[in-house]
Amino acid sequence: MNKIAIAVTLASALALSACKKDAPEDLPPPPLTTTTPTPGGPVTPQGSIPGTQSHFAQTMQGADTIYFDTDRFDIDAQDQAALRSQAQYLNQYPNVRATVEGHCDERGTREYNIALGERRANAAKNYLVSLGVADNRISVVSYGKERPVALGSNEQAWGRNRRAVTIVLN
Amino acid sequence: MRILLFLALASFATVAAAAPDAGQAPPTISTIEVPEEEGLTFTVTDDSAWQDLGIAIPAFATNADRPTAANSQGTGALGVELARVVFADLRNNGLFRPVGPDALPRPAYPQIAAPAWGTWSGRSAEMLVHGYVRGGDDGRLTVGCYLYDVQLQQELVREGWVVAAGEWRRAAHKCADLVYSRLSGESPFFDSKIAYIAETGPKDARVKRLAIMDSDGANHRFITNGQSTALTPRYSPDYSKIAYVSYLNGYARIYVYDIGSGRQTLVTESQNPTFAPRWAPDGRTILYSMAVAGNTDIYRVAATGGSPRRLTDTPGIDVGGSYSPDGSRVVFESDRSGSQQIYVMDADGSNQRRISFFGGRAATPEWSPRGDQIAFTHIVGDLRVAVMSPGGGGLRHLTDSWQDEAPTWAPNGRIVQFFRTQRNSGETSIWQVDLTGRNERRLNTPVGASDPAWGPVLP
Repeated sequence: MNKIAIAVTLASALALSACKKDAPEDLPPPPLTTTTPTPGGPVTPQGSIPGTQSHFAQTMQGADTIYFDTDRFDIDAQDQAALRSQAQYLNQYPNVRATVEGHCDERGTREYNIALGERRANAAKNYLVSLGVADNRISVVSYGKERPVALGSNEQAWGRNRRAVTIVLN
Repeated sequence: MRILLFLALASFATVAAAAPDAGQAPPTISTIEVPEEEGLTFTVTDDSAWQDLGIAIPAFATNADRPTAANSQGTGALGVELARVVFADLRNNGLFRPVGPDALPRPAYPQIAAPAWGTWSGRSAEMLVHGYVRGGDDGRLTVGCYLYDVQLQQELVREGWVVAAGEWRRAAHKCADLVYSRLSGESPFFDSKIAYIAETGPKDARVKRLAIMDSDGANHRFITNGQSTALTPRYSPDYSKIAYVSYLNGYARIYVYDIGSGRQTLVTESQNPTFAPRWAPDGRTILYSMAVAGNTDIYRVAATGGSPRRLTDTPGIDVGGSYSPDGSRVVFESDRSGSQQIYVMDADGSNQRRISFFGGRAATPEWSPRGDQIAFTHIVGDLRVAVMSPGGGGLRHLTDSWQDEAPTWAPNGRIVQFFRTQRNSGETSIWQVDLTGRNERRLNTPVGASDPAWGPVLP
C-alpha cells in the first residue's frame, strides 16, 4: 500500500515539475499513512478517510486537474500522467464515483465555452476509461467560463482556468 | 397587455371643443388627413444631418388634473413624466437634438391639437411634439401624441392609446416610436423589453440572475434568485415566456419560464447539458444545443414539447443559431473547420455552408429583424461586435474594445446591443451602438449586466 502511494506521489511530482504552463507547485509532503476505516471506529479527520474528495485532492497534490491550450481539448503527456494518477486512485477505491468538470478561460464566447468545457471534461473521462475506470463511475459537467479559479486577465491566469478537474463524489 | 389604439377623429376633436372661450373659433381638425410624405422626403443616408433637427417636447397637458394610479401626484404631473420619457428615448437614440419638458414652457390643453406657433417658431425647434393625458373613470389613461412641423405649421402625424395606469410608460414609448418612425423612416423599437442576466459578486463567485426591463431600463424586475447560475435568456416573440439556461440541477439545462403563471418547464428532458436556447420567429419552435460525449449539435423542438429533431451532426461543435426573419434559414456557429466560424443552413438542417471567411474566429451570429445583416462576435485577439451581410460579405466592426460579445438586435434592426467585459475585474455591462457604429452608449442597470436579449415591439 505504501509503495504505491509513494510511487503515485513521485510520478505526480515529476509530471508537475515538467509542466511549464501551470502555476508552480511545491514538492508534495511525505505520503500519508492511511488507516483502514473500521465500522464504529474512532472518527478521524475527514481528510484521511480514503475515497472522499478531500482525501483524493490531498493524495493527488494537483494531479486532479489537467490543463489545456487555447481552444484545444487534447490530452498531452502531462495530462496523461496526471490522469494516470487519478485512474490509479479510482482503481484503488472501486466504489468511488467521480465527476470531471470542464472549464474555459474568459477569452471566448459563453455558449461555445460551455460546449468546449464539455469536450475537455469528456476527453479526460475517456482517458480514465481507457485506463480501466468503469464508464458509469464518471460523470461529466461543463461550466464553460463561469467558474474561473485565477482572476487576472493575463495569459497565466487564462492558462490556469483552461482545465478539467476531477472531483470525487462523497 | 394590449394597448388600445385609436385614431378616432371625434376624440381628438373634443380637444378643440374644450378650448376656453377666448373669442376665437376653435380650429377645425375633424377633416384633416395627414398628407403622405409630401414635402418631407428624407432618406437616412447621412445621420449627421439629423442631429441638427431640433425637436421640442414640452410636457403633456391634461384636461383635468385627476389622481391616477400611475403616480402619486395626478395626471398633471404625469404629463411631465410622459414628456420626459419621450425626450429621453429620442435623446438617447442619438439621431435628433430634442429639448425636454424641463426646459420648455408648458402648453395648455386646448393647444395640444392647435399649437401656439408663435411660442415655438421663436426657438430653434424644427419639430414639435404635443401630447395629452386624460384619466378615465375606470382608472385607465388615454394618451394622445401629435407631431408638428413648426415651420410649415402643419401636423405630420398623430396617434392615441388607452392604457392601464401601470402601463403609462408604454404610451410614452409609443409616442417616441411615432415621432422616430415618422422622421427617420425607420421602424419603431422603443416600446419593447430586454431580458438579460444581472451579475453581482466577485469574479470567482459570480451570482447571476435572470432579469427583465423596458428598453430604457425602467420597470426592472429580477426573475430568479441567484441560487443557481442563470445564463443566456431569450424572450419568446410574443413576450409570454423566457427561455434560459440554469444550473439548478448541477448542469446546464434550458427552462422555459411562463411570465404570466410563473411556471417553469424544461425544454427537453436529458442527462446531457442543453444550452443556447433560441426561438423561431413564429414562436412555435425552439432551437437548442446539446453536448453528448464531447460533441455539441443543434436540435429543434416544438415549443409545446415533443421529440426533438437533430439539425447538425458533424464531429465539430455546432452551437447557437438564429433564424432569418422569415423563418426559412438559420445562421449558427461551428468549429468543424478547425475554429469557430459562421454557417447558414435551411431551417430543416439542409444546405449547411460557411459564410465567414475573414481572419480570426467568428461566433454568436444573430440575424437582423430586417433580414439584411448578421451581427456577430469577431474574435481577433480582442472580441469585437461586427456585422456582415447574410452572404458573408461587407464585414464592418461596430466596436473596438477589449471584450465585446453576444450582439442582439433592436426590433427595427437599426441598433445592436451587446455586453462588454472589463479587463481583470471581469465586470460586465450592457451597451448599445448604432448600425453605423455611432452613438455607443451604456445602458443603466442596477448591477452588472450580461447576455442581453432584445424582444420585439410590443403590439
